Amino acid sequence: MADDAAHLPAVVAACLHCGKVAPAKADGPPFCCRGCAAAYDLIRSLGLDRYYRQRRLDPAVRPPRPDPDNAAQDLDAFAQMRPDGTATLNLMVDGLHCAACVWLIESVLAREPGVLWARVSMSTRRLALVWTPSIAKARDLVAAVTGLGYRVVPYDVRALDHADERRNRVLLSAMAVAGFAAGNIMLLSVSVWAGNAQGMSPATRDFLHWLSALIALPAIAYAGQPFFSSALTALKARRTNMDVPISLALILAPGLSLAETIKNAPHAYFDSAVTLLFFLLIGRYLDARARGKARSSAVELLALAGTAVRVIDEAGRERIVPPTQVHPGMMAFVPAGGRIAVDGRIAEGHTDLDTSLISGESAPVAAKPGDQVFAGMLNLTAPLRLVVTAIGSDTLLAEIARLMEAAEQGRSRFVLLADRVARLYSPVVHSLALLTFVGWMTLGGATWEVSLLNAIAVLIITCPCALALAVPVVQVTAGARLMRHGILLKSATALERLSVIDTVVFDKTGTLTIGRLQLVADADVGILRAASSLAAASSHPLARALHRVVPDAPLAENVIEKPGAGLSCIIPGGEVRLGSASWCGIAAAEAGDGPELWYAQPGRPPVRFAFRDQLRPDAPIVVENLCRRGLRVELLSGDRAKVVQSIAAAAGIADWRAGQTPSEKCRRLAELVASGHRVLMVGDGLNDAPALAAAFASMSPTTAPEISQTAADVVFQGDRLAPVAETLTVARRAARVIRENLAIALAYNLLAVPLAVVGYVTPLVAAIAMSSSSIIVILNALRLNRARIA
Amino acid sequence: MTILLMLIPIALGLGLVGLVAFLWALKSGQFEDLDGAANRILFDDD
Repeated sequence: MADDAAHLPAVVAACLHCGKVAPAKADGPPFCCRGCAAAYDLIRSLGLDRYYRQRRLDPAVRPPRPDPDNAAQDLDAFAQMRPDGTATLNLMVDGLHCAACVWLIESVLAREPGVLWARVSMSTRRLALVWTPSIAKARDLVAAVTGLGYRVVPYDVRALDHADERRNRVLLSAMAVAGFAAGNIMLLSVSVWAGNAQGMSPATRDFLHWLSALIALPAIAYAGQPFFSSALTALKARRTNMDVPISLALILAPGLSLAETIKNAPHAYFDSAVTLLFFLLIGRYLDARARGKARSSAVELLALAGTAVRVIDEAGRERIVPPTQVHPGMMAFVPAGGRIAVDGRIAEGHTDLDTSLISGESAPVAAKPGDQVFAGMLNLTAPLRLVVTAIGSDTLLAEIARLMEAAEQGRSRFVLLADRVARLYSPVVHSLALLTFVGWMTLGGATWEVSLLNAIAVLIITCPCALALAVPVVQVTAGARLMRHGILLKSATALERLSVIDTVVFDKTGTLTIGRLQLVADADVGILRAASSLAAASSHPLARALHRVVPDAPLAENVIEKPGAGLSCIIPGGEVRLGSASWCGIAAAEAGDGPELWYAQPGRPPVRFAFRDQLRPDAPIVVENLCRRGLRVELLSGDRAKVVQSIAAAAGIADWRAGQTPSEKCRRLAELVASGHRVLMVGDGLNDAPALAAAFASMSPTTAPEISQTAADVVFQGDRLAPVAETLTVARRAARVIRENLAIALAYNLLAVPLAVVGYVTPLVAAIAMSSSSIIVILNALRLNRARIA
Repeated sequence: MTILLMLIPIALGLGLVGLVAFLWALKSGQFEDLDGAANRILFDDD
């Protein structure tokens, strides 16, 4: 936050640029580093200082502190030349806080000579840049952005999957066309219905019918495509889905109406067909949008994994290259705070690594030359040089992604209730229509034209308007309800799968626990304060956790950080140290288990600060709630037995396994599945991703890495575990409403089909029957919003 | 009833103008960054 240090004593102040603590100076404004001072000067000199008044710093986002390691990225390799002689570069921007950041970046870039177009998208955090390469260099433009304190990563536009976006756009334009057509045709149809009752002249009626046909035919040909193509795909695979009867009705209804119009007959069904199409497109668009939102962040991560590796060549020069140009044996550079993009061995540098993406453990690990590191780890405290051992598809990250894919294929065999109904439904409907035709021909003794007319009426009236709305409307309503509680449904089939769960498997770190380290015992307040003022200088997670306890402790002066060991600072009486046991001169035997920090002052015994990851506050209640519903609850963790046991006991879970690797977790899930259980896996951490994909249904907290969120069906926010119980409740209720809706749709058909078979269905009857059944189904789904959840 | 011959085409034409305007906006990417657009208005373009 901007006023992070506002309440601190006069010796420290908030850095004018990044808002973090900085030493106060008598002779000038406070800055925490030279980079911030330079950024501030630049912004002032460009006359953009309105940025500081309008911005709102988000504490969850990295502060905009320029990173000297990152300043000079040469991204020319990623720029693309366009035929008109301009160059374009697409970057992902890290560190966007609010709209003012977007404005600042765009304004600064617009003032650079040669820049033709610079636009930052706030929703996707992407920067699109177009410039004249003869005037400006990519390097300088990127430096202008990084100099402000943002990080940029190039991404490959083609690698990002735009298929979803394109499909949403197609659905939206189809919806617009269908909506336009439906509104206008309905106006004309009402005139016809009113006219029929009051003796409208046949010429006027035919004119209105022709007008309707003129609007309806092109509209259906265009807006019906999503259904036609889906139905065609299904038919090619010798299956049928709900889109087959929909397509059939969408083709037959206007076809029949056109024939009737040509014959100057009194009835046409254009309005039914187009209105049906409009409603169906609304349902489909809402559905696609809700799911696309969750997926986009995951797609970004996969596109990012291994973009831009900084390599050092024999001459010692640093270059930024795409991952395809990196080979094992090359030397790579990873700045402090950067994510490692390749597997490798450390050649130079001591640091702490955040391995949570790979192992799921929240405590950082110290690393020294010779240690093996993996793509996806976060380098915390000091820059590293690595000898590359594996890249791209050979990395551990890619291996985990492969496990995940394999597991996901097993799940895709699940068939939705609606599709199962559709499989039964379409043959029944089609044979019913055929029977009607044959019946009228033989028993009724009608001409083939009248028989065909009645058969088509059967098809139109059975067109599964209510049936096709029955499931999507429930999904949208349930999804919206869960969304208000910070729960995001990602998979279309998730609700149905969640409703039949009988076993819940939890991961430990970040799932049952919050995944944030907290100080355990209370130490002496004075010592805590002194240690905290040292800790304020570091970004190490343990130091941050310590500093959170006494957030107003002033920053000690001249603190030196030794990566992988700790912090030190010279005071009049000697040297004080904060860090690992060995750093403070403690024998390893005295060190306890679990993450800890030691604080040593001259002439006093060293003090130990132990940290623990805290259980989510409502975990025991939720576990008890799940057990009471007759669900079996299990805990699988990669951590040591002792830690797992204590967490299991605290949460009230009797059945736990410790020391599980990702593939062991998968195997345990396979065992449960083999014994006939339907398992919900709740986990975070990349190590859980394969298990999440292997389970019958899965949930993940939003603190999990994006790749785990991709694998999960449901993502939930916040420090509470209650969303798990809530989701299961809503899923069960939704499954019940879906069944009710299907029953309603079926009942409507039982009433309406006999009318159609005997030839009593006029367009007016069809319009009333179809819209009333749709409205009933929608109203029934909306009950989900009102029902209270216990 | 001849008035219909004028009124209906006029009504349809107006609706079509709206439809075309929407499709144009969709095609030119105006629905891609709704959050950004909402905030951009607070800053002057200079």
